[in-house]
Amino acid sequence: MDLVPAIARWVHFLAGVMWVGLLYYFNFVQIPALKAAAADGTAAGITKHVAPRALLYFRWSSIVTWLAGAAILGGNFVGAFTLQKGLAGIGIGAWLGTIMLINVWALIWPNQQKILGLKPATDEEKNKARRVALLTSRANMMLSIPMLFFMAGGWSHRALFGL
Amino acid sequence: MKNPLDSLWGTVVCGVILTAVLYLAVKNFLM
Repeated sequence: MDLVPAIARWVHFLAGVMWVGLLYYFNFVQIPALKAAAADGTAAGITKHVAPRALLYFRWSSIVTWLAGAAILGGNFVGAFTLQKGLAGIGIGAWLGTIMLINVWALIWPNQQKILGLKPATDEEKNKARRVALLTSRANMMLSIPMLFFMAGGWSHRALFGL
Repeated sequence: MKNPLDSLWGTVVCGVILTAVLYLAVKNFLM
């Protein structure tokens, strides 16, 4: 049945655009904006009203993206993750996306909860959380570059690997 | 040495380099 992979691919793209779009928003816009806003005392507007909403869509779109990606792989799921012949390109993309998903839920979100005051934390813990969240967000941005390369060329287009 | 991930464009450059490395690895060892 072709309907399930077709819908899964559509959902994968929709959620993936939201996830990676918000990741780029954090790195290209919000982090530099917070630095400037802290200097003139207007950071609260971002941390109170913008960041929690952005993080809500960011973390849940990561789950939807991954699940829809797994649905697209279907019977090739194990072959892709074990980098079998013909599936290594998309497998690398799938691994990069999976590492990014783990980073979102295990490092970025728990630390952002401390930074935004959604979870109690001392000033020292908040400073440490800021550093971990920044570096993890940057690591995800770095990983997104090869991830998108392998997603685009690994399976759906087959242009680069001649599959 | 400064962490390249502290800089936005350092992060982008690292991503591009990682792409090239992984591409060559897949092309040469996993195809």
